[in-house]
Amino acid sequence: MDQKEIIRIEGLTKRFSGKNGDVVALEGIDLSINQGEIFGIIGLSGAGKSTLVRCMNLLERPTEGRVFVDGQELSALTEKQLRQARRGIGMIFQQFNLLMQSTAIENICFPLLLSGVNRREAEKRALELLEIVGLSDKRNAYPAQLSGGQKQRIAIARALANEPKVLLCDEATSALDPTTTRSILSLLKEINERLGITIIVITHEMRVVEEICSRVAILDASHVAEMGKVEEIFRRPKTAAARRLLFPGREQRAEAPAFGAKNQRMLRIVFDGMTPFEPVIANMVLACGAPVNILFANTRAIEGKTVGQMIVQLPEAEDAVSRIEAYLNAQNVHYEEVTDDVL
Amino acid sequence: MFSKEMLNLFLEGTLETFYMVVMSTLLAYLIGLPLGVLLVVSGEDGIRPMPVLNRTLGVVINLLRSAPFLILLVALTPVTRAIVGTSLGSTATIVPLVIGSAPFIARMVESSIKEVDGGVIEAAQSMGASPMQIVLRVMLPEAKPSLTVGAAIAVTTILGYSAMAGFVGGGGLGTIAVNYGVYRYQTDVMLVTLALLVAIVQVFQEVGMHIAARIDKRRR
Repeated sequence: MDQKEIIRIEGLTKRFSGKNGDVVALEGIDLSINQGEIFGIIGLSGAGKSTLVRCMNLLERPTEGRVFVDGQELSALTEKQLRQARRGIGMIFQQFNLLMQSTAIENICFPLLLSGVNRREAEKRALELLEIVGLSDKRNAYPAQLSGGQKQRIAIARALANEPKVLLCDEATSALDPTTTRSILSLLKEINERLGITIIVITHEMRVVEEICSRVAILDASHVAEMGKVEEIFRRPKTAAARRLLFPGREQRAEAPAFGAKNQRMLRIVFDGMTPFEPVIANMVLACGAPVNILFANTRAIEGKTVGQMIVQLPEAEDAVSRIEAYLNAQNVHYEEVTDDVL
Repeated sequence: MFSKEMLNLFLEGTLETFYMVVMSTLLAYLIGLPLGVLLVVSGEDGIRPMPVLNRTLGVVINLLRSAPFLILLVALTPVTRAIVGTSLGSTATIVPLVIGSAPFIARMVESSIKEVDGGVIEAAQSMGASPMQIVLRVMLPEAKPSLTVGAAIAVTTILGYSAMAGFVGGGGLGTIAVNYGVYRYQTDVMLVTLALLVAIVQVFQEVGMHIAARIDKRRR
């Protein structure tokens, strides 16, 4: 890979010692994140993703393994050197973690004052940052007077104050509603593009990854189950863990009666980047003269393109199935045949 | 109703009580505040765990706190004499007041600081804050409203202690209540000192709560 690597994790294992013996949070994690990318780490609750991101600035000390950030081995630094290194790694949190007794601008000045910048300089920089996150008019507001999205914007400004190379986002949108989530994600993307900051996004929501990440690692039961480009994993999930994340809500459906008749064939059709004006399924049905039954659909428009997937039940007639496959091939639509256990 | 001398006595007693309480509170915080911070910082989940120090400190504080103040007052007489030169009067009373209330203040400071959201401390750590910076720039400012409520409680407790000191010649309103009210059966004097004490408690408590509410930015 010709891109410069900014974070490397080698053989990372983290065990927590508890009353009932050790709990393994992470085991044998190897990871490499390139400078300037938005890297997603996705997993269900308890998969260890928060522990992993906290190992990237050593808020959590790995039991085994090494963590490199920007060429420095964090795990080998002294306390003082580590504090210095942390200034180059911004972090935002699910609960924002702002100083509740300080105004927005004081919160943004805080990391600058910690690193010894004088107050006037700090305020000047804070005003620039308020501008970047679009909250110049809220400079003297206290966190309690701000909405969730506004608080996260202030937290982002605060994390950017020391001009970090890396921004860690620990479930940064999980406490926000979908609209606010989208606006925070687009802000993160803008920051990534404008300032060239590498962003690591921890989330349990596939849509967050789809929306901004270039690469993703899927964390399952303390291990990296799968890692690669987002569209690749989206098209061809290799592991059960990846599929579980692609089909959220599987648990609820498990209790509902099975879809369709048994032994009927199903197709997963992936939409990644076609225009929303293209009625793919309807065209397919018309062109092939065979009806399909839509069992699952999850599509959204991201930046003017349709992204998502559908699971359709195929007709019984063999020739109709081959017509459908031929049609999808001709239209360059990605699909794969799936079995009942996918759903 | 009361002679001019008596009225002067009340005024003097009130001022002496104020002097004792304010001085003792300030000095007790000088000791109790750092100790309270140390209790949190050195605790198991603290930012700089020091188990031995933490446990030792905890035991010493509990020992001092379990001694009834009146006993402490008498037991500390030699110490008071060594420091102030006498064990009588309001200045002398400050010594046992400080020693008696500092451990109590340390515990109150501890509980106030423990209320500070761990996430905020973690955020500061992620920005490279040193333990000292976390104490001075995160813990104490974030705990300010709760610390203020604690201070109001501390002041009123110290006021109660100071009145007790009246039994051993401690000066202030307590001494007046004991000398006139108890020994000479002048119930009216006793009632006036009581009323004055109640009024002082009210003032400290109300002012403290008012300030705490005003500086707390978590609401609105």
